[in-house]
Formats: sequence, C-alpha cells, structure tokens
Amino acid sequence: MLSILWNNRIQVVAVVLFAVGLTTLLLHKNLLKKIIGLNIMDTASYLFLTSLGFIEGRLSPIVSGGNTDPALYVNPLPAGLVLTGIVVSVSVTAVILALSMRLYRRYRTLNLDEIYRMVHREQEEED
Amino acid sequence: MSFCVNFPLFLIVLSLLFSVISSVLHKKAARVLSLVLSGLSAAANFVLFLYVMKSGENVTYLMGHFPHPWGNELRIGLLEALFSAAFSLILFLTLLGGKAPLLTRVEERKGQFYYCMCDLIQASLLSLVYTNDLFTGYVFIEICTIASCGILMIRENGKTILASVRYMIFSLIGSGLFLLGVILLYDITGHLLMPNLKESVREIAACGSYRLPLLASMSLIIIGLSVKSGLCPFHLWMADTYGAAIPTSSGILSGLISKGYIFLLIKIIFDVFGTEVFYASGVHNVLYALGALGIIAGSVAAMRENNILRMSAYSSAAQIGYIYMGLGLSPVLGMEASLFHILVHAFTKPPLFLAAGLLSDSMGGAKKFRNLQGAGYVNPAAGAAFSFEAFSMIGLPLTMGFISKYLFGIAAFESTHHKMIPTLLVLAVSTVLNTLYFARTILRIYNREISPNHGEKVTVRSEKLYLLSALAFVLLNLFFGTAAKPFIDILAEGIAHF
Repeated sequence: MLSILWNNRIQVVAVVLFAVGLTTLLLHKNLLKKIIGLNIMDTASYLFLTSLGFIEGRLSPIVSGGNTDPALYVNPLPAGLVLTGIVVSVSVTAVILALSMRLYRRYRTLNLDEIYRMVHREQEEED
Repeated sequence: MSFCVNFPLFLIVLSLLFSVISSVLHKKAARVLSLVLSGLSAAANFVLFLYVMKSGENVTYLMGHFPHPWGNELRIGLLEALFSAAFSLILFLTLLGGKAPLLTRVEERKGQFYYCMCDLIQASLLSLVYTNDLFTGYVFIEICTIASCGILMIRENGKTILASVRYMIFSLIGSGLFLLGVILLYDITGHLLMPNLKESVREIAACGSYRLPLLASMSLIIIGLSVKSGLCPFHLWMADTYGAAIPTSSGILSGLISKGYIFLLIKIIFDVFGTEVFYASGVHNVLYALGALGIIAGSVAAMRENNILRMSAYSSAAQIGYIYMGLGLSPVLGMEASLFHILVHAFTKPPLFLAAGLLSDSMGGAKKFRNLQGAGYVNPAAGAAFSFEAFSMIGLPLTMGFISKYLFGIAAFESTHHKMIPTLLVLAVSTVLNTLYFARTILRIYNREISPNHGEKVTVRSEKLYLLSALAFVLLNLFFGTAAKPFIDILAEGIAHF
C-alpha cells in the first residue's frame, strides 16, 4: 500500500492539493481565500497533467544533435496543454478579482455572508 | 468537397475578430456588427445544414491539414449544423428585440462591451457545438464562462455583482471538474480527439481494464458540465443569476449558454464514450433521477416565487431537468426528446425573459406580482408574447412544447418498466405545476384593476424591433410545433449518424 503511494507520490500530492483547493473554495467565507482555493485547485490539476507527461530518462522535446528518434524525447503535448490551462486560469482569476474589487468598493468587506446580508437589505428597501 | 465546409472555422475566427473590433467601436456600430455576425452565422450554418443533409454524411474538417491523432478537428454533422443555425438565429432575434432593456440598465460608455461579449458567446457556442477535440472544448467552455459573466455583470448593482461572483464560482468548479475528467481520460487513452478516444474507450471497456478511472473520468466530465448547465442540486445559483441580470442576458444565459454545454455533453456521450459504454455504466440512471428531481424541485420553487424574473429562472431549472431526464431515459427515443427539448427551451425562454423584462419596465420596474397587475394592458405586445411563450412552456398543442412532451411520453412508453411510470408521473405533475404558475402570472398581468405604479401605455409603434423579434419567435414556434414530423426525422437521422 505504502509503496503504491510512494510510487505515485506526485499524483497523491496533486489529489491532496485538489482537495485542499476545493474545500477552501467551498468552505471559506472570505472571497479572496475562495479565489486562492480556486487557484490551488487549478494548479493541482496542472501538476497531475505535467507528472503524467514526464517519462524518467527522456529528454525534453527539443531536437538536438540531429537526433530525431521520438523514443528519446518526452511527449510535448501535456506541457502544451498545461500552458494553455495556465493562460485560462490566469484570465479567469483576473475576472473574478475584478469582481471582488467592485464588491469591496461597494460594501467595504470581502466576507460573502455580510455582503449577502447587505444586498438582501438593499433589496428589501427597494421593494 | 464543397466550399461551405469552411464556414464553421470562418465564423469562429470572424466572431473572435468582431469581438475585438467591437470593443473600440461606438455602441451602435458594435450592435450592428453583432447582429450582422449572428445573422450571417445563422444563414451560413443553415446552408451547411442543407449541404450535409444532401450529401448524407459527416464531414471532418482538419485544421491545418494535420491528420489525426495530431491535428485539431471540427466535425460537421447534421445535428451540429442544425443546432448552430438555431443557436445563431436565437441570438440574432434576442439581440434584435432586446435593445430596450439594455438602454435603461447599461451605462452609456459601456454599451459596446455588451456586444463584444455577445460576439465571444457566438464564437464559443459555435466551437462547443462543432469541436472534435476535448481540450478545445475546455478552452471554449472557459471563454464562454468569462463572456457570460461579462453580460451578467455589465449592469452594476450589488445584486448582479454578487450573482456574478456566485455564477463564476459555480462555473469554475464545473470547469475544474471537467478538466480533471479530460486529464484522466487522456491519461488512460493518450488521445484528445473524439474519434480516437472512442476507439480507445471501446477497447478499454472490452478488455475490462481501467474500469475505475474510466468511470471516474466519465463522472467528472458529466458532473462538470451539469454543474455549469444547472442540473438539479446545482440549480440554486440560477434564480439569483437570471433574476438579477438584464432580461436580454437572462435570455441568452438560460436559452443558449446552458444549451451549448448540454450539446457538448451529448456529443461526448456519443462520440467519446459511445452509447454502449455510457448506458452500461449506470451513470445515466443518476442523470435520470436528478433530471426528474430537478423538474419537480424547479417547478415547486417557481410556484413559491413572487418575482416574475426569478419565477422564469426556476422554470428554466425544471426545463433543464427535462433534458437530463431524456438523456437518462433511452439512447434513441429519449435522446431525440432531449434534443428537441433543447430547441424548445432555446426558442421559448429568451422571448419569455424579454417579455417579462418589458412588462416589468412598463410598471415602473416592478417585479413582484402584486405590482404587475394589469401590465398586459400597459404593454400589449409584451403581454401577448409572454402569454404565448408561457403556453409553449406549459405544452399546449400547436406549440413546440407540446411536441417535446409528446416525445417524452413516447420515449417513456418504449423504455424499461421501472422508468415508464415515474416518467409519466413526473410529466403529468410538472405540467400541472407549470400550468398553475404560468396561469397565475397571466391572470395577474391581464387583471382589469391596473396597479397604480404603471407607466405610460406602450404603443406598438415605439417598439418595432421588439415586435419583429417576438413575432419571429412566435411564428417559428408555431412552425416547429405544427410541422414537427420532418423535423423529428432529421433529429433521428442525426442521432443515427452521430
């Protein structure tokens, strides 16, 4: 059992990180902590994907010395996917941070429960 | 091979280009650009649909002419072309008729950004429908999330910002799970293109290895997409989101964007896992149960609501439930009913939201039922449109809603014993509930005692574009509701060729 965990240690770490990220995202009331949780979750999936794409003993996929035998190199696709994924998560984080700034300017807090209460009160005054 | 197979790629690139250009244009020019884009896309996809129907086979479009398993592909089939044409047409009509709610609710200097987001939505919907590559699907899911958050938060008040944050968090959990599922699948198969994936998945399922990772990846992808489209336990964000947004945005969000995700899910079920593996895994039973639960939960929540926009939002949750129930029911007839219901909801919800928004505007922005009394007399066009679309939601004969309920009924009779009775029961109960809450609304807006907060009476002449779009929606609905048979045959043929 322990040897299985040890052999797949990177994947185990990725799963633990994903769980940490998801619980932070779901359980924290503070919006910034939620966003950090989200980023940890994303990073965990990138770690998982990168670790799958790496084969020990092989070279990075840049042809050197005229050696074109594909068995010498690792597959470049997972790394490419991770890069795309990072770009996506950066832009998503930017959008949600911009939203948090707007919320903070309006309500002077990032605690979602308090914001919810204030929005609710505004709503009642409107009706 | 005909020239028209290039249309999807051209349209996707054109939409991305237009969205960049729109951001620096004046609001009016950006609006014209968006309308031209969605109209063009509807026409081009319709031509493509005719071409595919005539040739009778799917076209795989290689981008950059790299053959699989290396290249990125689009797949152009009967259903893809049909649904893209329908989605583009609906976007066109919604934008055409949805100008008035934008004028009062969006700041003057931000008007062009709304259309910039709409162009992005057009691009991502086309890509979600046409793509043959799972990772491209993921990227456009995220683009779609950002664009839909944009059309949601453009109205700046506390309620919408909070709703956007909530929508964003749910969406990101959904796409995170989807990504994890795709990675797991890539891990066990080594492919991202759907035809290769299907082959490998079939081999893996046949030899019985990797059973758990396969099931896990299937569940993750399905949970991810159902969180994003708002299946039952995840439907709670819907009311806040659709209720707070500009009615035009609510229509686009509930009518089109959730449908884009569901279409991708159906494509994944057919083209990645294959119906045999999917229906042998038992996941469809979970979808069936959650769908049925969603129908009842959504209808009951809509009954209890006394805000017209939130009521329509909860009714969306029920309609999404129908689609998932059909997916879980059976691979052919159930799927047919689901696909038809995607179109029903897409053709019905946007005009319903638009009409509800206009009714509320004509009563000085009131959304509660007691303040909407008599709104149908203050704005006759919106009142009539709301009533008609409500009839289609209930499923009165001659409307599209009737045909989809009929198809669900047929699918229920043909399915296994233990699903037949519950399905029919759910259909009956939900129709009664639908009738109750829509009838209550219609009776309110046509009450002779007009509530005192009403604005000026809206004349037909002042809203020509809205009238045009509402009329087009009504006529299309009647057309598909009466001449449904050839249309259902096309859906069946599309499923057979998927």
